[in-house]
Amino acid sequence: MSTTLEMAKSWIDEGREVALATVVETWGSAPVPVGGHLAIDSKGDFAGSVSGGCVEAEVIARAEDVIASGEPELLEFGVANETAWGVGLACGGRIRVLVEKFG
Amino acid sequence: MQKNTLTAVLDARRDRRALVLITPLGGGDEELVSEDGLDAGHEHAAILGECFRSGRSKIVETVKGELFFQAFLPAPRIMIIGATHIGQVLVRLAREVGIEPVVVDPRTAFATEERFRDVDIITEWPGEALEKIGLDRRCGVVCLAHVPDIDDEALGAALDSDCFYIGALGSSRSHAKRLERLKEKGCAEAEFGRIHGPVGLDIGSVSPAEIALSIIAEVVRDLRTAPGE
Repeated sequence: MSTTLEMAKSWIDEGREVALATVVETWGSAPVPVGGHLAIDSKGDFAGSVSGGCVEAEVIARAEDVIASGEPELLEFGVANETAWGVGLACGGRIRVLVEKFG
Repeated sequence: MQKNTLTAVLDARRDRRALVLITPLGGGDEELVSEDGLDAGHEHAAILGECFRSGRSKIVETVKGELFFQAFLPAPRIMIIGATHIGQVLVRLAREVGIEPVVVDPRTAFATEERFRDVDIITEWPGEALEKIGLDRRCGVVCLAHVPDIDDEALGAALDSDCFYIGALGSSRSHAKRLERLKEKGCAEAEFGRIHGPVGLDIGSVSPAEIALSIIAEVVRDLRTAPGE
């Protein structure tokens, strides 16, 4: 599935700081299944996806914080909880995303 | 994920080995478990076994908090019998959807590196080639040679296995003749319904590329709707 991980590896090998976002749970309609990956580097370059594009911008922004702090974060998105990060999923589903820096 | 975990996951994918990564969502050290090295006494042996079987990742609530079990299974494969023009496109489409292609054709004029770059090519007869590979339920077999001797041999091997997809190029009429031949060879008639012939979803394909597209769509459907997926 993910050449995203190969991309992340090549970025790390170039000496870039990289975070990985992983879909850990989905409810209802979700375009990316559990185990889907989005890799983000400290300049905001990214590869892969955790949704159909609805929450990527937010995940990328949070990933920059994770790269800076080194502390993982667990994010939740969805119509049922749309106030959490200010963005929701238009598809009506809900997802949880783990964002970690490659240590 | 640790950098050395990432390297191990990519190595395992290349070598077709299965891994499960256990990540505590509340923080803490991750653990990478290999299917080969799975200890029956592991505290999560049952969940790990299920992940290795189904390939599904999931969260499990434990006394230590939520654990995310992430399965990394070898990619499903399709054996493309016949190094034809349709086969060339099918190799590329399969890769795009995460299915690993293997090309089998004893005709060395067809199965050249020039025509099939960066893909495993086996220039043996299908019976021998498929036996060597070992067809399992994460394999599909697509017969495109359009040469009865070659395709029929592959279909015999596919019908004897529990591969998730079997398809054979040809019209309904040539498919009927094919089934007659397979019957004469003593293949199990009860299994004939597993063969998609004509091959591929009916999307009105005309060109080789369009036929390859209809085949890969059918392969994905069968893969995703198979028990355990």
